[in-house]
Amino acid sequence: MRIFDPHIHMTSRTTDDYQAMHAAGVRALVEPAFWLGQPRTAPESFLDYFDSLLGWEPFRAAQYGIAHHCTLALNPKEANDPRCTPVLEELPRYLVKDGVVAVGEIGYDSMTPAEDTALAAQLDLAAGHSLPALVHTPHRDKLAGLRRTLDVVAESRLPVDRVLVDHLNETTVKEARESGCWLGFSVYPDTKMDEHRMVAVLREYGPERVLVNSAADWGNSDPLTTRKVGEAMLAAGFSEDDVDRVLWRNPVAFFGLSGRLALDPAMPEALHEGNSILRGGE
Amino acid sequence: MLTTHEELRTCLSTKANAWLDSALADADDAARQGPNGPSGRDIPRWELRFAAAGRECGDPQAAQAVRVLLLHTARPNPADVARLYARGTGDERRAVVAALPYLPLTPAEGVPLIEDALRSNDVRLIAAAVGPYAAVLDAHAWRHAVLKCLFTGVPPAAVAGLADRALGDAELGRMLRDFAAERTAAGRPVPDGLTHVLALTAKGA
Repeated sequence: MRIFDPHIHMTSRTTDDYQAMHAAGVRALVEPAFWLGQPRTAPESFLDYFDSLLGWEPFRAAQYGIAHHCTLALNPKEANDPRCTPVLEELPRYLVKDGVVAVGEIGYDSMTPAEDTALAAQLDLAAGHSLPALVHTPHRDKLAGLRRTLDVVAESRLPVDRVLVDHLNETTVKEARESGCWLGFSVYPDTKMDEHRMVAVLREYGPERVLVNSAADWGNSDPLTTRKVGEAMLAAGFSEDDVDRVLWRNPVAFFGLSGRLALDPAMPEALHEGNSILRGGE
Repeated sequence: MLTTHEELRTCLSTKANAWLDSALADADDAARQGPNGPSGRDIPRWELRFAAAGRECGDPQAAQAVRVLLLHTARPNPADVARLYARGTGDERRAVVAALPYLPLTPAEGVPLIEDALRSNDVRLIAAAVGPYAAVLDAHAWRHAVLKCLFTGVPPAAVAGLADRALGDAELGRMLRDFAAERTAAGRPVPDGLTHVLALTAKGA
């Protein structure tokens, strides 16, 4: 089982996790820029974090045979802090870099005017840099947050089929799917989805445009939930091809929209159907 | 050694070569404009090329050689070199370090970048830092660079000019013997290559 975890915060994980992830089949991941638990107080703090996502973490991942890419953004929560918002002016220097495969995580936390502004501005940055966008949906008031998110996406110049809306669940999947965006599900203990609910959603809606991630971070989380979903899918009668589609081909297709996904050609079937989308279509 | 445009031509695709031609033209423009180039938040075109070299060239090794050639051609001022290093990806930082011998920096401007690279734990960056530019390091810093290579698993062959500089260096020899003793006491293997460097330090002493 080859696994691409499209959303995991490795900054918060130990090297043991990289080993365990590789043993479970994880060969590629995307680390979205997000809140660190501890609030930041200056744009420079973001820049150090971005540098880490572009230097230190890819090195750490490579030691364990895992290709590391990232998404960069001002996250929704800190978009409300005027000490942090100047980082928006620095983002263009970072969004051009190899290894950046989307703008994200953007979206809503408490649905404030400051979050509206940051979301719209960063959807525009994504369009301007030919990057897709990874959009977080809020933990509180999620359905209203999803609707407002989809409205802002529709008003932006970024096509909805270049948007991955994440942290979906049973209450939000239908409307998200109808919008035409890509569908992200975080399988995360206690607060988000679990593997059995995920299988039920896949049964009802099918694997098209569906991405499953662990969203593992500094909370009570598990970097191997992607594998657990794959096993639960097989146990429920899904084919190995369905599992591969959800856990590998769908994330490769979505982040491949950036033209910057660089997967080691030695990886199993990294060049899907002879298509070199992984190296920017060259 | 600087890989020339002609040498790069032979290992890039037609599309990548066309990209490289225009990237080098942008770098030429930047060198001609010097301090009169774009200021403020405008990103100079050659810097966009520098950032995109990986995805445009495909081959990671060629991309690194392209980045070094772009730096050599654009001849950024010392402050811009420091910024390109400090806010660079892992690949970009290695390219800046590899380009230092070809850039108009004084040792006071270049050494802090090498020292930063040597403080890292990224073995690829450490290996780049002990290239030809490391000749400007003082004796203490250079010895610690050699020791760090052995400690982190960077082959001593990565150290430029090793045979000449280690020759008869009794202090480096002492450091290596102490390190080997510590490893042996812990029941851990002594790194490959340590004996070779140790033999160099004993020569001509």
